[in-house]
Amino acid sequence: MVGSNRIVRGNKIVNPLGNTDLDPQNEKELRRAIVENALQALQTEVAEQTLFDQPM
Amino acid sequence: MLRVVHYLNQFFAGIGGEEKAETGPQVRDGFLGPGRAIQNALAGRAEIVATVICGDNYFAENIDRASEELVRLLAPFKPDLLIAGPAFAAGRYGIACGAVCQVVRNQMGIPAVTGMHEENPGLDLYRNEIYIIPTEPTARGMNVAIPKMVNLALKLVAKEKIGRPVEEGYFPRGLLVNETSDQTGAERAVSMLLKKLGAQSFESEVPRPNYDQVKPAPRIEDIRRAKIALVTDGGLVPKGNPDEIEMRTATRFGKYALSGVESLRPEDYEVRHMGYDSVFIRQDPNRLVPVDVMRDLEREGVIGKLHEEFYSTTGVANIVETMRRMGQRIAEELKGNGVSGVILTST
Repeated sequence: MVGSNRIVRGNKIVNPLGNTDLDPQNEKELRRAIVENALQALQTEVAEQTLFDQPM
Repeated sequence: MLRVVHYLNQFFAGIGGEEKAETGPQVRDGFLGPGRAIQNALAGRAEIVATVICGDNYFAENIDRASEELVRLLAPFKPDLLIAGPAFAAGRYGIACGAVCQVVRNQMGIPAVTGMHEENPGLDLYRNEIYIIPTEPTARGMNVAIPKMVNLALKLVAKEKIGRPVEEGYFPRGLLVNETSDQTGAERAVSMLLKKLGAQSFESEVPRPNYDQVKPAPRIEDIRRAKIALVTDGGLVPKGNPDEIEMRTATRFGKYALSGVESLRPEDYEVRHMGYDSVFIRQDPNRLVPVDVMRDLEREGVIGKLHEEFYSTTGVANIVETMRRMGQRIAEELKGNGVSGVILTST
């Protein structure tokens, strides 16, 4: 993403915060994990564009 | 003789510095301050009949009102032309110069020219509307800038054909103009490539978009007290698309209430975006705008609060300039509402 300095990887372009292979409960947990990673990124000092990757 | 009105801020008009920045609009006969150099550059082809002045703070705090007042003051002088500044890198002054040029051109139908440094915030606001000559950041560049401003202004008032920005020396205005060439695209491209290989200068016909380097915002110190907003470029809008957001090359964004919303329901939303297959998002919009999870985190005290509106636009085949303006407006609104962090989800 142009200009973004804190980048978190989502699941898929067409489904960034979901995964239809999972049942609804597990899918929501995946979504929560991605959001928590984003919140972690917001709490981290960065000097340049940084990718915050997480296990899927 | 052509009649020119010149615009100055309180500083260049000799009224005073920051302590006089609240000075309201006023007018003087003839030229003043940098107007002398303009008068010299006009070299008898035109004459400064009046100088309109406004303090930088007065203008910045009342842009529309100050513009109208200045037009009322200068209209009786029946000018053929307005010259503003130059403003160099002075931000409030640059915005004032741009606004005065724009309102004079629109309301009185006369040409207007100003000058500013490339980092002046007035440049991006007005470059598509008016002619702006590049200047040095400080008034040391006055003697170089003024002849260029005067030459372009006189061409405009004579209704001469205005050449391309690189020929006439003004900032590109974001216009595409059809031109014919006796060479095919292939010939022109090869000729450019040969120049490039020979380390010669050449001008591309397709300028690369100018991507900003954005300075990273500081970290959020205490997320448990922070208000977090959700923003997306995935085109999620309420059913019926009330803001008529375009499916591609969007020029608009919407903001949609989340008060009392625990989770986004598929029956309430649709996706306006021709750049991805939106079936999963239409089945469950939380997969794009994670309101359900954010409400859980809010309830558990992990975050302070979820902002009560989410922002949405469509990110496909967009113009960088347009998106920059949208982003600035969204950021201003969010900051004004006490938001300290944003999760922007993209498809």
